[in-house]
Amino acid sequence: MENNFLVSVSPHLRTRELTPKIMWLVFFSLLPSGIAGTIIFGIPALKIIIISVLTCVFTEAGIQKLRRKKITVSDGSAALTGLLLAYNLSSNVPFWLPLAGGAFAILIVKQAFGGLGMNIFNPALAARAFLMASWPKHMTDFAKPFSADAVTSATPLMMIDEGKAHNLAELGLNFWDLLLGRRGGCIGEVCILALLVGAAFLLWKKYIWWQAPAGFVLSLGFLSWIFTGKGFFHGDWVFSVLSGGLILGAFFMATDYVTTPLARTGQLIFGTGCGLITFIIRKYGGYPEGVSYSILIMNATVPLIDRYIRPRVYGTKLAKNKP
Amino acid sequence: MRKLIKEFTKGITVENPTFALVLGLCPTLAVSTSVVNAVGMGIAATFVLLGSNIIISAIRKLIPSEIRIPCYIVIIATFVTINELILEAYFPVLDQSLGIFVPLIVVNCIVLGRAEAFACKNKVLPSIFDALGMGVGFTMALCLIAAIRESLGTGELLGIKIVNNFEPVTMMILAPGALLTLGLLISLVNYWQLRLKAKRAAINAGCQKAGCDGCK
Repeated sequence: MENNFLVSVSPHLRTRELTPKIMWLVFFSLLPSGIAGTIIFGIPALKIIIISVLTCVFTEAGIQKLRRKKITVSDGSAALTGLLLAYNLSSNVPFWLPLAGGAFAILIVKQAFGGLGMNIFNPALAARAFLMASWPKHMTDFAKPFSADAVTSATPLMMIDEGKAHNLAELGLNFWDLLLGRRGGCIGEVCILALLVGAAFLLWKKYIWWQAPAGFVLSLGFLSWIFTGKGFFHGDWVFSVLSGGLILGAFFMATDYVTTPLARTGQLIFGTGCGLITFIIRKYGGYPEGVSYSILIMNATVPLIDRYIRPRVYGTKLAKNKP
Repeated sequence: MRKLIKEFTKGITVENPTFALVLGLCPTLAVSTSVVNAVGMGIAATFVLLGSNIIISAIRKLIPSEIRIPCYIVIIATFVTINELILEAYFPVLDQSLGIFVPLIVVNCIVLGRAEAFACKNKVLPSIFDALGMGVGFTMALCLIAAIRESLGTGELLGIKIVNNFEPVTMMILAPGALLTLGLLISLVNYWQLRLKAKRAAINAGCQKAGCDGCK
């Protein structure tokens, strides 16, 4: 047979979307928030970000070498985990905290479950929960924005949780402070504007979809509007939406491909569930902030959601009229 | 005699209750927060194992098989009560820190499991060695887990501070740390066993090529 044709299975049209490209683009869309965090909290914030990213990358390379598997750090997922972990930490934590957290995130939460695509829980958030359980004092000592190293202050949500303030005015903040990040908090969560810029880019490129963030933000805002003010339907939902790690969590963690549902409807349910749980933790739970725990809890429900809500198979149509 | 020694060593290595049989995890996870507690629980469980194995093996022909489980429980509970009273009288501090897990040895799967799997089918002397082997294996496993958890979770070992300037990982002495340590240790044991099996298979394959039967 002289003319051997190359036979292969579909797909025959390949796009240029590959895992590394997507991961690194998400990484870069998160950088504005890191730059803003460094401006607000100083060089210590940059230190934490660098330590976290390098720890994750080297841990993944190390364990893959040890297990004699292909080293896949260039696909950007470890670096992304490191960045997200750093964004969840305060800028004045000791250097070994992101070290321990990064190692835990990659070794236990990601690699022990089977590597990229196989983990059930978001590695950055699970590592944050580990750090919170192990060293609670370091994790709740937030640095004061725009000040020298060792000055600490409480975040707005912490003040409300302790009953020291009840609304924005009592905290001495206004809407623009929250948007631009002139408040205490974690490195990557304070500058909402920078986060929204990155998220808008990802939405435009269709690397993330609106269902999960919308479900998250809208459900939390709705519940806050009803329940958190004096009397029903008087709550300051803008404050609830712009405080804590909600925007960071809703746009960058609740949209993680691996740990969130496949179908868009499933993602909507996922986001709504996260919003509900966050509201319950913030209002009735012992912690001032509930975003990370709510996402982790909903991560556990994703296999269930995926079982019942399947994405539509390409080329098929829903049966409208059964004969 | 060699067979008896084998019954003893299998409880420590091949059929280690914690890592191989994966029995009795509830007290394992709860009690392994410190090495002192681990040793105490291990000795208590060994005592109960020994007593119950001897008695059950001795009267094994008299127990009707339909009601064997309640009979075993009664026998085991007798020894656990003796154990509890001795602990309360002579080691009150240990009794306090072990708390509810002392009476829970009654339903420790290791004790009931060995009664069901070994003592009711074997003579008294092998049952003694089996009980001792399982007890020692359980104690060693508990101590290993406790050593890891105590040193990482409180920076001390046996109550003595071992490292300075170390902020302990509080999660290790809580439930998640227990499950994590146990899981990682079991995976390590499994990995070694797989490698051992692969090595043995390779040797056997080599032998079979030469025409012999292969070493076991």
